[in-house]
Amino acid sequence: MGDLLPLLIGVPLVGAAVSLLLNDHARAQRALGGVVLSTQLALSVALLVAVWDGSTLTARLGGWEPSIGIVLAADPLAAMLLVVAALMLVAVLVYAIGSPRTNDTAPYFHPVYLTLAAGVSASFLAGDLFNLFVAFEIMLVSSYVLITLGGSRDQVRHGMTYVVISLLASTLFVTAIGLLYAATGTVNMALLAEALQGIDPALRTALGLLLLVVFGIKAAIFPLFQWLPDSYPTAPSPVTAVFAGLLTKVGVYAIMRTQTLLFPTDGASTVLLWIAGLTMVVGVLGAIAQNDVKRILSFHIVSQIGYMIMGVALFSFAGIAGAVLYIIHHIIVKTTLFLVAGIVETSTGTAQLRRLGGMLHRAPLYAVLFLLPALSLAGIPPFSGFVAKLSLVQAGLAIGQGGIVAVSLAVSLLTLFSMTKIWNGVFWGAPDEPPAGEEAVGFVPAGRGMVVSTGVLVVASLAFTLAAGPLFAVSERAATVLLERTPYIEAVLGT
Amino acid sequence: MNLVLALTIGVLYACGVWLLLQRSLSRIVIGLAMLGHGANLLLLAAGGPAGTPPIAGSDPATTADPLPQALALTAIVITFGVSAFLLALAYRSWLQRRDDEVEDDVEANRIAAALRALDADREAREARAVAEQEGGA
Repeated sequence: MGDLLPLLIGVPLVGAAVSLLLNDHARAQRALGGVVLSTQLALSVALLVAVWDGSTLTARLGGWEPSIGIVLAADPLAAMLLVVAALMLVAVLVYAIGSPRTNDTAPYFHPVYLTLAAGVSASFLAGDLFNLFVAFEIMLVSSYVLITLGGSRDQVRHGMTYVVISLLASTLFVTAIGLLYAATGTVNMALLAEALQGIDPALRTALGLLLLVVFGIKAAIFPLFQWLPDSYPTAPSPVTAVFAGLLTKVGVYAIMRTQTLLFPTDGASTVLLWIAGLTMVVGVLGAIAQNDVKRILSFHIVSQIGYMIMGVALFSFAGIAGAVLYIIHHIIVKTTLFLVAGIVETSTGTAQLRRLGGMLHRAPLYAVLFLLPALSLAGIPPFSGFVAKLSLVQAGLAIGQGGIVAVSLAVSLLTLFSMTKIWNGVFWGAPDEPPAGEEAVGFVPAGRGMVVSTGVLVVASLAFTLAAGPLFAVSERAATVLLERTPYIEAVLGT
Repeated sequence: MNLVLALTIGVLYACGVWLLLQRSLSRIVIGLAMLGHGANLLLLAAGGPAGTPPIAGSDPATTADPLPQALALTAIVITFGVSAFLLALAYRSWLQRRDDEVEDDVEANRIAAALRALDADREAREARAVAEQEGGA
């Protein structure tokens, strides 16, 4: 079964190469993208089934020893994230093809989209830090191209911020890898887990903090998040949706993997708890101050990252399991919300709250597509957000961290408030009178592909609640692998 | 560890960070390139002292550590590719605006304007209060 792992990276990369050759044939490119990503989804599901019982699959490329060669490893956490990521990539591709304003016909959209998929898979599967760096670069370089696709003035300006900050993080990552290698003589994560126990604790803490900063920039945690609400809203909607769903979560995954495997603590980590609380509060306050649907949603990404960090910070089985559930819930719901924002923008030509209004009467279906994930994001029962938040709150109370639980509940309330703001501004009431000198917004129904793929994701987030029992069970197994460490280390080293 | 190598790495990082903090895009690009060079040299330095070429059959005790060199090569290629993209983006930005400066943040400007308005408002109120007091007296 381990042979499956390289395929998850190879299939989209080969697909990207073929897609590049088909650059003049839009129809063939679309079909190819669909086939490749569906294959990816099927392979990921097969992988998840194989590791469902909590085992870890590994593949040694070229048969080299883990100390000098490349090892790919898939534990239940990586497999779950791969399945959700592939599902998002397929849904957003269908959306992009069905949408008139996404530049899906722009040259290189499809090849770059497939390399992005390869980079995301490689990040989840990387067994050593240097390959994690390479995987990040594959993903980020693709994202640089996608975010500046079209090259309008606004996109270049905000894309520049994004590229510079990501590049700085990558340089810090290489620095961290160099220092880790100098201190321990290896970059393989399983070997590092053992080697780091033997070095000076002060040095270990410094290395841990450096890696936290690197992944913190990618994951957009407080105080390293400012680039995100600045750059995400300018990209075309499908691109923003897939970035919002996947890219920051790859950063969270890296934090989760390195903090549990390399820098385990006894009990909750105070630093991470403070970061989690501040990320939640600052993100949601930023969202409340905004007047543009996409900007509100972008600030919410930051706020939600805080919940995932909270789960990691608790450092208990229940906490990590809650964080895993939260990541999966968040990827689905956040992508859906950005897709709905894209539908609104496509059909009216704007995402500004002050210009929109009364969409409920014109397009009740869009209102429903927004309302369900919005309530889920705020954590209203019986939606997926409720299940995820409940497990985090229980995990927090179980080990007596009442402070962070109180913060998380207050932030939920504020989330609901800012979702209500979008609801009132876009869907409720009568269309706003246009400000003097501006035309009233029109209404053109969005493409069928856009609505259908968004609908499928809404159904997926509802199915999350129905399948909450088995999902929580597998999240707990994922948490067990992360916290016990030895199953993962033994699987990678083959001992 | 070689002192010259250590100093070079330090200078590259320091210059890179200083250039990164400038307002002109071309300096930021050069700063990032210098930071990248510093990081690559750091990888090289992490491999320990120099030695004989690591060819199969030679004694591992006297050869140089090849792994960090392989890592540095990969990192150089990535830095090169991304720098090229960044230069293209900076050129595009210059074509569009005929200006190399990083623009002010719109949001920060709005907050600054709001703060100025608040200050002006408070001053006006204070001036009015003083005038009323004087009028009353």
